[in-house]
Amino acid sequence: MYGTRLRAFSLATLVTLTGGFALAAFYAPEDADQGFMQKILYLHVPLAIVALCGFVFGAVCAIQHLRTGESRWDLRSYVAIHMSLIFGAGVLVTGSIWARASWGHWWVWDEPTLVSFLIVFLLYATYQPLRFSIEDRDKQARYASVFAITAGAFVPLNFLAVRLAQSYTHPRVFATTDGGLEPRMKVAFYACLLGMALLYATLWKYEMASKNTSAQIKALRRRLAGDEVPAPRRSAAPTLESA
Amino acid sequence: MTILAADVTLPDNAGYVVAAYLVFLVLLLIYVAIMATKLSRFERELTELNELADKERTAA
Repeated sequence: MYGTRLRAFSLATLVTLTGGFALAAFYAPEDADQGFMQKILYLHVPLAIVALCGFVFGAVCAIQHLRTGESRWDLRSYVAIHMSLIFGAGVLVTGSIWARASWGHWWVWDEPTLVSFLIVFLLYATYQPLRFSIEDRDKQARYASVFAITAGAFVPLNFLAVRLAQSYTHPRVFATTDGGLEPRMKVAFYACLLGMALLYATLWKYEMASKNTSAQIKALRRRLAGDEVPAPRRSAAPTLESA
Repeated sequence: MTILAADVTLPDNAGYVVAAYLVFLVLLLIYVAIMATKLSRFERELTELNELADKERTAA
């Protein structure tokens, strides 16, 4: 049952995210360098962190799937990657808007942080076509899990590589030598990050509840209609054992 | 007559900030719309299944 505590999750997300954005707008001071424009940070960076963590979560679920062979772990991994892709699209669009406002360009190709995120995003964009290309459900689930683990391992490696890069114009949020964020900015930032993480968890639960309900309806239809049920269409989405 | 007005003008580049937050809102709304479509499909399917179960019960 994925629908349990959904209301509590939704309310917590609403309160935390609204509170976080309110803190960002009214409590956090304006940046001395970028001014009001820097307020995009409270949306863009939490989105990026949560999207990347979601990809890693997808990899952890995929490991569990390969270990246990249970289809629910494949579904969890699929939904985690699906949600992270949506968040990733948000990161790219909000990042482009910030780049345009800050640097005068929608995209800067020699900036490691931007390009590496795009590579990760495009890598995961092939996940669903990969699933769809494999008709056999077991094979599809296994190959998708291997992909999720490999790509998931690439995420922290990629993050490290970018941190070690010598030249970048992209700002470091938690720089240690140059001071980093001002304390009030940090409070607002952490509130936004928590809100964004809760939003991800809530949407993940919504999606899991939806997929679970769909599987139960299919199983019920099969029990009631017997052979009259048409064969399931080819799909990239995993099927639960109960369906 | 003296008119007192609060300074409500937004700073420069505020449009970009608003645009970024709007993108986030639009993404959320699209997701809610997709979930609403799924929910109405579930409702339709459950109605069909209820009718099917009623038919089986009367036939038995």
